[in-house]
Amino acid sequence: MSGYFDPQHLADFTKIGEGSKELADKFFSYYGAVFADGALTAREKSLIALAVAHAVQCPYCIDAYSNDALAKGADQEQMTEAVHVACAIRGGASLVHGLQMMGHVKKAGM
Amino acid sequence: MTIDAISEALDYGLPLSSDDAGPKPTRSLRARREPLADTSAQLRRLAEVELIDANGARIEFERTLAGAGCGALLPAALEVFQINIGKLCNMTCRHCHVDAGPDRTDAMMTRETIDACLWALDKTDAHTVDITGGAAELHPHFRDLVEACVARGKHVIDRCNLTVLLLPRFHDLPAWLAERGVEVVCSLPHYRRLSTDRQRGDGTYEKSIEALRRLNAVGYGKGDPRRRLTLMTNPVGAFLAPAQASAEPEWKAALARDHGIAFDRLIALNNMPISRYLEWLDASGNLAAYMQRLVDAFNPAAVDGVMCRNTISISWDGFVYDCDFNQMLDLSCAGEGGPMHVRDFDPAAFARRRIVTRRHCFGCTAGAGSSCGGATA
Repeated sequence: MSGYFDPQHLADFTKIGEGSKELADKFFSYYGAVFADGALTAREKSLIALAVAHAVQCPYCIDAYSNDALAKGADQEQMTEAVHVACAIRGGASLVHGLQMMGHVKKAGM
Repeated sequence: MTIDAISEALDYGLPLSSDDAGPKPTRSLRARREPLADTSAQLRRLAEVELIDANGARIEFERTLAGAGCGALLPAALEVFQINIGKLCNMTCRHCHVDAGPDRTDAMMTRETIDACLWALDKTDAHTVDITGGAAELHPHFRDLVEACVARGKHVIDRCNLTVLLLPRFHDLPAWLAERGVEVVCSLPHYRRLSTDRQRGDGTYEKSIEALRRLNAVGYGKGDPRRRLTLMTNPVGAFLAPAQASAEPEWKAALARDHGIAFDRLIALNNMPISRYLEWLDASGNLAAYMQRLVDAFNPAAVDGVMCRNTISISWDGFVYDCDFNQMLDLSCAGEGGPMHVRDFDPAAFARRRIVTRRHCFGCTAGAGSSCGGATA
């Protein structure tokens, strides 16, 4: 392995079960259930996953859910909007913490 | 005779080679004299793709079927009589598995062959006649063929690229088809503009929406079984078709909201690695990964419903095939005594044939399955 991220790890994800099959099985069972059609469609969940993948900056997830969202019928514009949702939340989350900063400034300042 | 001269002679109202007649993001393989215009070159390219299973064995469709306990594909009762009446088209889409286009005046069914098709149709119990192309409507005998099939009490399908309906010659066609109860199965890659235009050319979406409005205006798409409007989506890229059942409500809501358009059902097809789609896969570096994706998504439950089992597919020159895809690869149906011509059609011999398979067949058994009628599982 030449770096921290290896694209082959995505294809080999299930091999994580070699360390603990029981826990891996539980995870993958849960994972499968989460992404099945429910109150949200599988397509909507795929777009949410794509946005979250960008928020948590997981290259494996970005790879997987770029392909998954396309295969579930999303188009590039919809996928880009999902990424902007992640961006807005990440940016907004930083910015709203600015109120903490302002509180500290007001307390410490004259 | 030039293409434009032929267009004028057939009175479409516009030269088919013009962009006004239909968007054209590329040209046919034949017009470009590409090696893949030769179907044997396509089969060789597909065979070259390195597809190896976990045991190091070469992956082939029939072996995969056997490994899944499916056995060989056997013909079922013949239900659909599919006729490709020509490869002439007003569009030249990037993904076309027919290699259709305005230059394809070389591949037009003769009146004699149309009559032979009708003779053969009468020897079957097929309930549906599926007329395709190219843009089937461009054929000078298209309406005659529809009339003859309707008169026989058949359910007739017109596979329509939508933009052809905007040609001046065809402004009356929606009403004409509606009067005869013909189902219109329309190609629309996506309910949004970006993907649709990427695959089929700039301006396709706008023209398609206008054509759908015209179909709605004569009663199509509103639940009337004699005015059935079916949309057909296929992936715009190297991935599988979306799940048909969950995509349909989304499409209906989006087209109603954005354009006030209604349709009856959505069918989703995987793209077959054939012809111009094969060319695109190869040129974009996606071929091996796409083939692997099809193999990985092999679904034994999709096998029973594949179209080669209940369909007969007739080419423009009258030869009989198991399906439209085998037709485009010149894989004639393996009847007794070699390739079968429709003028010699023998239903009993056809029912005894061995369905011909190659690696492209993984396209029909991937995921939810894929056929001219949509998902199979």
